[in-house]
Amino acid sequence: MTGSSPMIHRPTSTTLRRRAGAVLARLLSHLVLLAGAGFMVLPFVWMVLTALRPSGDAFDLDAVSWFSDIHAVQNFGQVLTETQVLRFMLNGMIVCFGILFVQIATALPCAYALAKLTFRGRGPLLAIVLVGLAIPFQVPALPLFLGLADLGLLDTYFSLMFPFFVSAFALFLLRQFIKTFPDEIIAAARLDGFGEVEILLRLILPAAWPAIAAFSVFSVTYHWNDLYWPLIVISSTELAPPTLGILFYRDAEMGDSFGPLMAAATLITAPLVIFFLFAQRRFVQGITMTGIR
Amino acid sequence: MAIGQDIGAGLGPPPSARRRHLRYEAIAGVLVMPAVVLMVLTLLLPLAAVVVISLTDYRLGATTLSWVGLDNFVRMAADQTALRAIRNTFLYAAMVLPASVGLGLLIALLVHARTRTRRFYEIVYFLPVTSTMTVMAIVWSFLLHGRIGPVNALLSWLGLPTIGFLSDPDAVLASLALVGVWQLIGFNMILFLAGLTVIPRDLYEAAALDGADAAWERFRRITLPMLGPTMMVVVLLTSIRTFQVFDTVVVLTQGGPAGASDVLLYEIYLESFSYFRVGYGSALTIVYLVIVGGFAVLQVWLADRRVHYT
Repeated sequence: MTGSSPMIHRPTSTTLRRRAGAVLARLLSHLVLLAGAGFMVLPFVWMVLTALRPSGDAFDLDAVSWFSDIHAVQNFGQVLTETQVLRFMLNGMIVCFGILFVQIATALPCAYALAKLTFRGRGPLLAIVLVGLAIPFQVPALPLFLGLADLGLLDTYFSLMFPFFVSAFALFLLRQFIKTFPDEIIAAARLDGFGEVEILLRLILPAAWPAIAAFSVFSVTYHWNDLYWPLIVISSTELAPPTLGILFYRDAEMGDSFGPLMAAATLITAPLVIFFLFAQRRFVQGITMTGIR
Repeated sequence: MAIGQDIGAGLGPPPSARRRHLRYEAIAGVLVMPAVVLMVLTLLLPLAAVVVISLTDYRLGATTLSWVGLDNFVRMAADQTALRAIRNTFLYAAMVLPASVGLGLLIALLVHARTRTRRFYEIVYFLPVTSTMTVMAIVWSFLLHGRIGPVNALLSWLGLPTIGFLSDPDAVLASLALVGVWQLIGFNMILFLAGLTVIPRDLYEAAALDGADAAWERFRRITLPMLGPTMMVVVLLTSIRTFQVFDTVVVLTQGGPAGASDVLLYEIYLESFSYFRVGYGSALTIVYLVIVGGFAVLQVWLADRRVHYT
């Protein structure tokens, strides 16, 4: 691209200098990128390394001793048998997929109606969806806490999931997606005697699959990683999702069991990271397309 | 657009069509009902409640409650703790916003120019975005440990003075910002990369003919202006995320030392759920809503426009 000038045919000192400059620029670019990459992976490397070593060596930077004593079996064994980390992860899965299921079950019909049917109150409902997009969750959190406390529902799976049963983002995303679905197909299906529910389940649901997948990535990631709401409503260790659970575990240990703690950290981060590595495109799409919160 | 609309807008619709129109009204009502009920319960009512509670002196468990008007907000204006939390939040944003947007752009430009190694760098830089911040913050608490942490070990190995990353009141916000930037760079990089791929190549060729050959000239005259819309989205999303900083504060500092890293959301959490001063906590929540909601309204407006017109 830079060689569009006629000078390229004459290897003068200018072009040589320019070529050397390009090589240097490439080298510099790799240097910057590698330094940044080192910064990005440092915590992951340290986490896994500590999970593999005896706790006493956790801060021993003497490189020779790093792999002299592999303690992975002890560390992970202790986490799996003596702690509730697996329970935390099970809680996380129950909560994430419970939320996701209800979110899609409530959003899909509503989004279909908003996209393809006319009815009274459609305009105001759309406006509410947009308001919902703009309100950070921490705002309704306080009254939700008071309400759940009043009903005696704090410290339950239900209290963890209830505030997220409807997602303005799911409504918005699915409505935009369903709007592009051809009206003619819906009209033809109606002529064939399809009811609206049949249209929704047999035509819209399969067609909206990409949007549902992207939203699922966003939703599961958000709730697996959320700390704010669990911190507020959950006090029992048995009900803690991974984020809150590992804080309970850290505070209970307080001592020097760095190895098991980092083994627990590795286990909790692993599902999302592995999923990302195997479905990069879908994952990135889900996170960025839905980067509203 | 939809069938029902055509019929409803028609001149004197035949009776059968009118009945069908009514049927759509009924079925639409059924389809939207669950979402509407939940939206009222989890969004609209709580939103109204926050506003109402912020005008009272309500404390959790208290048997009495009285209207205090705007007293909570007046009190906030003189409350050194609340003011410090707000100031810290803005300071944090002032560090994280330029650093994560600037570095995100730099990395995106460098990665965009790579071909064989592009995928590798994309994955590595995106890794922190996928990770659980609470867990990684625990890892960072060890990395940044003042006495035995490897980062300080590296500093002293280089002959530099060590830093009390999490214990020095002057350093603690910057340490939180470092972790915040670590998590945001990859996210911003991906958004910038998406913006870079849609810049037409011939623009650069045309600029080369115009003599804009130097990399810096190309960047200033083409790349940066063409990235305008992306830049806007990135800045807004990053702003929202920086004002929502919470997880790292809970794990790394709990607002300390001596309130030096207390931020708005953490203060709201303490007032509302630790001290149970619900009225005052609601007033702080309103301040938070005005700041973050402002950015979010802009962002939703932009997103909505983008979706409609492109």
